[in-house]
Amino acid sequence: MTTTAISQAHILDLRVRNHPGVMSHVTGLFARRAFNLEAILCVPIAGGDESRMLLLVHGTPKLEQIERQLAKLHDVLSVRQRPDLPPDYFERLGGTEK
Amino acid sequence: MAKKTYTGATLLTTLLERQGIRDLPGIPGGAILPFYDALHTSPIRHILARHEQGAGFIAHGMARVTGRAAACVATSGPGATNLLTAIADARLDSIPLVAITGQVPQSLIGTDAFQEVDTYGLSVPITKHNYLVRDVRDLLTVIPEAFTIAESGRPGPVLIDIPKDVQNAAIEIDDDELPAPGGCRPVPPAPDADIDALARMIASAQRPLIYLGGGIITSGASELAHELARRIAAPAVSTLNALGAIPAGSPHLMGMLGMHGTRATHTLLDECDLLLAIGARFDDRATGKADEFCPHAAIAHIDIDRAEFGKIKRPSLSIEADAADVLGRLLPRLQQNTSRAWLDRATALRDAHPLRHPPREAAPLHPVNLCRFLAETLPSDTIMTTDVGQHQMWVAQAYPFRAPRTLLTSGGLGTMGFGLPAAIGAAFAAPDRRIACVTGDGSLLMNIQELAVLADFNLPVAIIIFNNANLGLVRQQQELFYGRRYEASIFETTPDFAALARAFGIRGHSIAADSADPLAEIAGALALPGPCVINIPITSDEKVFPMVPPGAANRQSIEQATPAAA
Repeated sequence: MTTTAISQAHILDLRVRNHPGVMSHVTGLFARRAFNLEAILCVPIAGGDESRMLLLVHGTPKLEQIERQLAKLHDVLSVRQRPDLPPDYFERLGGTEK
Repeated sequence: MAKKTYTGATLLTTLLERQGIRDLPGIPGGAILPFYDALHTSPIRHILARHEQGAGFIAHGMARVTGRAAACVATSGPGATNLLTAIADARLDSIPLVAITGQVPQSLIGTDAFQEVDTYGLSVPITKHNYLVRDVRDLLTVIPEAFTIAESGRPGPVLIDIPKDVQNAAIEIDDDELPAPGGCRPVPPAPDADIDALARMIASAQRPLIYLGGGIITSGASELAHELARRIAAPAVSTLNALGAIPAGSPHLMGMLGMHGTRATHTLLDECDLLLAIGARFDDRATGKADEFCPHAAIAHIDIDRAEFGKIKRPSLSIEADAADVLGRLLPRLQQNTSRAWLDRATALRDAHPLRHPPREAAPLHPVNLCRFLAETLPSDTIMTTDVGQHQMWVAQAYPFRAPRTLLTSGGLGTMGFGLPAAIGAAFAAPDRRIACVTGDGSLLMNIQELAVLADFNLPVAIIIFNNANLGLVRQQQELFYGRRYEASIFETTPDFAALARAFGIRGHSIAADSADPLAEIAGALALPGPCVINIPITSDEKVFPMVPPGAANRQSIEQATPAAA
């Protein structure tokens, strides 16, 4: 990943209902609306009733549209940007070095 | 309180009854049979369609007439896949629909069982929301929630997939555990500041143009939109799905915009300095090349779905709210505009660019003349359904819709085969009304099996075929843009539709191309009670004009055929 690409990346933080299918709703939305989804991290929270999803997305012009379409999904409880997370957050998790 | 034992199936019929479902189109099959067994003792009337897509569009007809969610039902596998087109259609036209499908028992899910398909997965991209019910108790929340989601905000389809073992599972519940029915939940009112800002924008505009979208009809804001046009002396243009919001014949209505709009609407969009988009989504068929759509106008966009703001065009002001709420509070803030100059300009444009068609005496079966004749002949409150293609556009251009929900048409998805089952659904939803379905010879064949339902219930539906023995709108594009290479658009044979109708037990009429008085024959056929099919031959090279070439700006509209067109 080049430095420029990292600087154009955004991390979205979703709180979602945790049930089988919510992942396909979220990833399906990206596929259907031709949004780019570079990385995804999903962990259960709130005792397993909810999940937190972190999405790495590119394409600044569409960011607002992506957020609004995500917010319309019934199982998505909240959508916010996470500028506080470092741009290489996912890369580090993925451990792609070595 | 005594507990009562339900099965998933009887609980489902009970919950549907409590939702107010009276008529339920569908087709049974193995994985939904427990539910059908429960229907046997339910007051719900099942309407046995002959194809699940027909069942889906019958439900469309009901929902589009009433504005309330309608339900339909199918079995697993092919039953579910056959429903998908109707579900996708409801998504694109924002129609409240609850589709219920049977699924193989949970013990068999994932084993490639007989008639197993991943209905949940297939329906993800075409529903507003969907469910796979894994526990019978979940029905208590899922069913009312499905109706709430279908009807609230921007309406849409919801699918509920119910495995057979869930339908068979027993559950003991108190009657007071039965949930309240779901339904339309109001959205928050628009902030006063937004309405004030909108009023200021309108007050400072010289040439405001109202762009009416289907959301006006959904919201019940038709009268308010007309009053807005009168108050600010503005012209209005309508999308296909907003026809009837402002009555044809109103001095403010300039017609349908977009691909088959008139030159007047294109020019008004080019000249306006404020575009008031209400319940509209800047569909490509309406805007043409979006970059060149209303280039000199500020845009005020009112919609219940905030994801529409900036999706295609960036508005100067966006208001996320119900159109009726916004317009109802906007009107008292507006002065009566006494300047007629802009409206006079619009009227002059409209009068200068009428639809081109030969006079009725010379060509009674010209499609535009036919549409106008039908409007004179049918009762004024007739509900019209169409299929998709040339006939649909001729109806949209030439039939004077005077009230909301009198045109039911597949606008977004453009589904051929919509018209007949939607007309059947309309007849169930509005039993005292005349229903007419204008269709084409290509479209009708896509769901012609539903003539059997028409015969079953003897519904007052007149099916009027504009028969050119062609896939007319395909042929038209091939003529204009593909060098007249008519690949796969001309039918080698066409059935005798009148005989076909009679084979189903329905009155069939064939109008001869050389009939001395074809319009009198059509009027005679329409005057008789009960369902009928009227086959009307039209010439195959008749085209829908004006037409904006796909991808072009609206102002590049083709007004009429030229011999050199290629």
